[in-house]
Amino acid sequence: MVRVEDFGNFETAWCPGCGNHSILKAVKQALAGLDLAPHQTLLVSGIGQAAKLPQYLHCNMFNGLHGRALPAATGARLANPRLKVFAVSGDGCNYGEGGNHFLAALRRNPDITLLAHDNQVYGLTKGQASPTTAQGQKTKTQPGGQPSVPLNPVAIAVAMRISLVVRAFSGEPDHLAAMVAQAAETPGFALVDILQPCVTFNKVNTFQWYKERCYMLGDDHDPTNWAAAMRKADEFGDRIPLGVIWRGDRAPFESLAPGRGTPLAEHRLDRSALEKLMDSFA
Amino acid sequence: MSPNAITILIGGEAGQGLATIGQLMAKALTRAGYEVCVTQDYQSRIRGGHNTFAIRTGPEPVYGPEEGMDILVALNQETVDRHAAHLKPGGMVVAGQKVDLDGHPGVQVPFTELASKAIYHNVAALGVLGSTLCGDLGILERLVSDTFAKKGQEVVDANLEVLRKAYHWFQAQDYSFHCLSPASEGNAADRIMLHGNEALALGALAAGCNFLSFYPMTPSTSIALTLIGKGGELGLVSEQAEDEIAALNMALGASYAGARACVTTSGGGFSLMVEAVSLAGITETPVVIFLVQRPGPATGLPTRTEQADLNLALYAGHGEFPRALLTPGTVEECFHLAHWAFDLTERYQTPVMVLSDQYLADQYCSVPRFDFASLPEITPPLLQVDELGTYQRYALSPDGVSPRLIPGYCEALVKVDSDEHDEMGHIEEGPANRTAQNEKRLAKASGLRAEVIPPELFGPEESDLLLLCWGSGLGACLEAVELLQERGHKASVLHFKQVWPLREDQFMPFLEGAKTVVAVEGNATGQFAGLLRKETGFAVQGAVLRADGYPLTATYVMQGLESWIA
Repeated sequence: MVRVEDFGNFETAWCPGCGNHSILKAVKQALAGLDLAPHQTLLVSGIGQAAKLPQYLHCNMFNGLHGRALPAATGARLANPRLKVFAVSGDGCNYGEGGNHFLAALRRNPDITLLAHDNQVYGLTKGQASPTTAQGQKTKTQPGGQPSVPLNPVAIAVAMRISLVVRAFSGEPDHLAAMVAQAAETPGFALVDILQPCVTFNKVNTFQWYKERCYMLGDDHDPTNWAAAMRKADEFGDRIPLGVIWRGDRAPFESLAPGRGTPLAEHRLDRSALEKLMDSFA
Repeated sequence: MSPNAITILIGGEAGQGLATIGQLMAKALTRAGYEVCVTQDYQSRIRGGHNTFAIRTGPEPVYGPEEGMDILVALNQETVDRHAAHLKPGGMVVAGQKVDLDGHPGVQVPFTELASKAIYHNVAALGVLGSTLCGDLGILERLVSDTFAKKGQEVVDANLEVLRKAYHWFQAQDYSFHCLSPASEGNAADRIMLHGNEALALGALAAGCNFLSFYPMTPSTSIALTLIGKGGELGLVSEQAEDEIAALNMALGASYAGARACVTTSGGGFSLMVEAVSLAGITETPVVIFLVQRPGPATGLPTRTEQADLNLALYAGHGEFPRALLTPGTVEECFHLAHWAFDLTERYQTPVMVLSDQYLADQYCSVPRFDFASLPEITPPLLQVDELGTYQRYALSPDGVSPRLIPGYCEALVKVDSDEHDEMGHIEEGPANRTAQNEKRLAKASGLRAEVIPPELFGPEESDLLLLCWGSGLGACLEAVELLQERGHKASVLHFKQVWPLREDQFMPFLEGAKTVVAVEGNATGQFAGLLRKETGFAVQGAVLRADGYPLTATYVMQGLESWIA
């Protein structure tokens, strides 16, 4: 039986009050709830404050480059389909620097859970606009206000009908833990877009700002109804829905191509097949 | 170079089947026991344009292309207009009846008489060509049968009929072309024909490569095609990535999780991979990068050849970490160095790059069958460790190499980190740790240095003229040296099949023992000569450089050497 304590306790580099603390707690809770031991789990991250999460719990970790968590996670899944793989990073990493990889992951639908910490700002580089920063929001590098409209990753993911699209909030830790667990259990690509305050650099989208707007989706929302899911995905203003926005039935990427099953580390060279292969050049 | 070697140049538009005729002919020659070396020239388009497929062949080894030809197969008028002037004495043109030979010696083949449908014209051309060389009809028949077997007996029979008709048609012509000298006996049985990229792929598969991620880019794509086409049965997993950035990051994720991984690309794609090369360096994740060069900058000449990405590969990636650069000179070396690249990257856990170029990539050669049993066994990473609670991915060690565990097989955790990290793999920014980890990584360079493949010397150790080359420049230099020796010069070639790291003890005596050292490179600035000077202080006396998109040839080298051999 895996316990939350098995994932350890580490000193973090996060600000007090940062949403990352409760996201970390929720991840541990979810893993323990699924009875997933640290060595059965791989957390792949990019770069940023969110991407430091795998540093702070016992797990297998591939801390890669800014924006590149998803391709590395996809490679790991293809090499060993027995690993439970998470990609963990912030809005800038996933939706900006790694935008093309996000789109490709939506097309592939790999069995990966993407935990996208979405605080609508760049924290580690001290407060520049991120791909999800609201239009008109002023920052030190956009003193006249961010001229572009924010990306809606949830709507894009619903549009691509991936396996699971979830919106969560770091201020609702139990709900978040349940959502992470559901995402991890879903075969195929699961996006968990986690709203969180950046207490230091985002003075607009504060804890209070989210708290006032977020509400739980009820039984009246059917996440398998695509048009309804698109409407909920588009709801981001006075009210922001939390919960499973969309659940699809696309086959996971790994199941669609031959040869993807046995972990590649167990692959042994077949000399006679090689000889036969050489005959094709004679 | 054998005086008996001849060149057959097939020219036409893309889509006319010149590569099909060429491959069939080259394969027939290989099966007959001849040495074969093919140079392909094509343009960045799917139809039209002007492409050539040049087969140089003879009973003795052939090293590379020559500028003239003995037989010109003209699939269109443009081929005659462009190339017939370079026919060698005694040479001939083989063309269709609509092509004007423009006074050049040759035959006009009545293709519509020999073959009822246009789809048989390639086989008709093969029959005529085989006949001009006095080739064995039986070998051609077996080749045609093998080639069309999948399409059913009816198709095989129809093609065989055309082949025989065409073969006998030429025999009945009042035209004598000097037949190829007989191939050496016993040469035929154990030879295969493949091009440089196929040999790289075969070497990778022989090394147990089981993962490929790539983005298509000429002239590297045929490595990926071969790995996918031939490697599927061996369990290779592949993914065409969304871009080259994803390709290398994906390969690193796969390698971390237990795959033996590679990527294939050309200069532009490799430029995009550069940040991840650095990631491979700090995370100490094995990966082989096949970089098949074409002329830049930027899109440059997409289908032509150059050796101008040496500096890029040498310095790619921010920060300092060890690497090895392998540069095969022949199709056989492509196979062996691809295998060696996986061996090195697996043992030193740092990126290894194999640099080829369009010329070598597309160069079909007949070579002896590869001996898989003679290849060294590559040690796989660990799946289990004893010290479950204390395993450290980056444990310090005298040679810099730490035991590499694959995650998921035992309770020990594997943490790899793009940030500077402690022995466990956790982010750690202190100066003492930084120095220890940095030195650990760099210490692996000593092992790589100890295993450097020495450059190969052809000719006398003390020479009047030493041609210095690397990678695909070998063939042109070898042939040039034969010509120089015939003229009484004491000439040698020093060929580097590994250009990084460099070990002075392996080559300085040859450089210092030569009166004149001339660098021969397929680039405009002499990048390897520059590297040599930076590392050793040795300055070459001259350079023959080619950067017009075409491969180095003996003729080109000899022209460049004029002032030195006057």
